[in-house]
Amino acid sequence: MAQEITTKQLRKWLLVYAARIIENEDHLTKLDTAIGDADHGVNMRRGMGKLQERLQVERQSEDISAFLRSVAMTLISGVGGAAGPLYGTFFLRAATSPTNGSSIDLPQLTQMFRYGLDGLQQRGKAQADDKTMIDTIQPAVEAMEAAVAAHQSAAVVLAAARQAAHLGMKHTIEIEARKGRASYLGPHSIGHQDPGATSAYFLFETAAEVLTITGAD
Amino acid sequence: MISLVIVSHSAKLAAGVHELAAQMAGDQVGISQAGGLSDDGEQLGTDAFRIRSAIEEVWCEDGVLLLMDLGSSVMSAEMALEMLPEQQRQNCLLSNAPLVEGAIVAALHASLGEPLQAVNAVAEAALSTPKLAGTG
Repeated sequence: MAQEITTKQLRKWLLVYAARIIENEDHLTKLDTAIGDADHGVNMRRGMGKLQERLQVERQSEDISAFLRSVAMTLISGVGGAAGPLYGTFFLRAATSPTNGSSIDLPQLTQMFRYGLDGLQQRGKAQADDKTMIDTIQPAVEAMEAAVAAHQSAAVVLAAARQAAHLGMKHTIEIEARKGRASYLGPHSIGHQDPGATSAYFLFETAAEVLTITGAD
Repeated sequence: MISLVIVSHSAKLAAGVHELAAQMAGDQVGISQAGGLSDDGEQLGTDAFRIRSAIEEVWCEDGVLLLMDLGSSVMSAEMALEMLPEQQRQNCLLSNAPLVEGAIVAALHASLGEPLQAVNAVAEAALSTPKLAGTG
């Protein structure tokens, strides 16, 4: 269990995440047009553009906490809409989780996501089944915690997170929105996938792709 | 005398509410605004850093009342408060008041020198003040 994840890998992860969001801008816009104010795609693309710029500039930062804080600051002022403070809080809180300086082991990575999730819940005051990004992130974090407790490898832990996140995202199709702009629609929100849950899913999809590769550039 | 901060997704809406509130308060009450996103006021959204700057602009020991439009304004305003030093944060209050009515009522009562909690109470009461004669 000596698998350590470095700041460099986290940077790579978020670069891949930013690119994935930008590729999916139209998809996110379409989802948000159905049940929201159609701005999630545009807001996230703008935020991810800022994030890419920041990640290019901040190549030297080694300390994980400082790196995550910098990501958070970029998202808070770069995204707009509810996603700005929410993703900002996620990374801001993640930055307060314990690290080994410039690397984290798998339990610490899991804890980092847990801190982020707890922060997110405090900020947005959403619970599971409210049809929000919590419906993706909470089951993913729980799956990671279970896999880590069973001493699984990084690949297995992150695959479990990705799968749980995917199920959670799809589950938002079946439920009624109780938070955010979509909640104004009441039962009419049923049948549509939540855009925030979708952008949050890509966090775990890209983590599973990038963070399992030891020594990724 | 307390100060007011107007928070909106729209820079134009924030400026408009500021204008209306200032008309009630004259130039005695410090009022600042945080509308739209940092880099371009034309883009709709809220930014915790802009809100923090707006608070700092009018911060005073008597207190600062924040009036927000909807949705993420509240989350961004909460974040902005968390970014402030404790000593400043404890003199700031997020209001549940409706933005337009609340800001006007708050500006008027602030200009009368009423304390923070009292100003917020009358601003929040605007939620239940009927707009049409013979209703409510």
